[in-house]
Amino acid sequence: MEYSNLRRQIICMKKSLFDQGYLDEQFNQLEELQDESSPNFVEEVVVLFFNDSSRLLTNIEQTLEKYPQDFYQLDSLVHQLKGSGTSIGAIRMKNECSVFKAHCNDKSLEGSLQKMKREHATLKKKLETYFQLMRQAGPRERAVNSRK
Amino acid sequence: MAVATETPFHVLAVDDSLPDRKLIERLLKTSSFQVTTVDSGSKALQFLGLHDEESPVSVHADQLDVAVNLIITDYCMPGMTGYDLLKKIKESSSLRDIPVVIMSSENIPSRINRCLEEGADEFFLKPVRLSDMSKLKPHILKSRCKEHYHQEQHQQIDSNSNESSNPTNNSSNSRKRKAADDEILPQTNRLRHS
Repeated sequence: MEYSNLRRQIICMKKSLFDQGYLDEQFNQLEELQDESSPNFVEEVVVLFFNDSSRLLTNIEQTLEKYPQDFYQLDSLVHQLKGSGTSIGAIRMKNECSVFKAHCNDKSLEGSLQKMKREHATLKKKLETYFQLMRQAGPRERAVNSRK
Repeated sequence: MAVATETPFHVLAVDDSLPDRKLIERLLKTSSFQVTTVDSGSKALQFLGLHDEESPVSVHADQLDVAVNLIITDYCMPGMTGYDLLKKIKESSSLRDIPVVIMSSENIPSRINRCLEEGADEFFLKPVRLSDMSKLKPHILKSRCKEHYHQEQHQQIDSNSNESSNPTNNSSNSRKRKAADDEILPQTNRLRHS
């Protein structure tokens, strides 16, 4: 009873993450790489992403505060953020990064940065909930889910 | 002699991004490769046994501690880019036959062409997928054919002269196939420098 409820929640959540464009096909690719030998692979990569991306966002913010602004450095940081976002299928993050990059010449980056930070925080919260459900459901759920 | 399970091919993966390194490692391991990951081009060269220009020691193939059958590297990295790394590998007489694959998140034809012209065997657009992994083995097998051919040539030359004093001569492939994931195992020929 409790288990099928959880299962439904997980499927719903994943569907909504995809439908709302937070995640794309690449996330499925990650789940296909998860198996008994690496049962927490997806969560591990996602955690690495959030560690990395939080650091990058802080660097971006600090770089923005410096005058004169170092657009070369900014571009490089956002490029890294975009790259690792793409690797986990975080498509909205990736798009925000593209927008930010496009505005690098505009000198009106503060707005873009805030958008990127919001996207980042939202995705983090949603994925934390998702993995929490997965952990509650237990190893059987992970094996089943990754075959979808 | 029955053919036992073969030692897996060893791939050196180079990427400055930690999540990307984890992903490429998983992709490679799932595809039955042995993997070593490093986070920079200079660490890759170190692992491959190439010292930087300041070092007076020149390096030959025998001094490779661990055989690497293929190198896969990200293009955009701080300091030494994947392209710089590719060039250094192709400039080295001992390493130039190791197939090199470049990965990039950007689809820039001039960049791709530049890499292929410099000797890269393959270019993968990121994110790299499981299906891309099947493209690696053909490059490894092709380079091993070349290597065996060269070794046979050397063997013929050696057998014509006196016996070689190097006990590990010409069995380099089987000798080197012992690498643990990130450890460098010292080989007997290292003693030449002590």
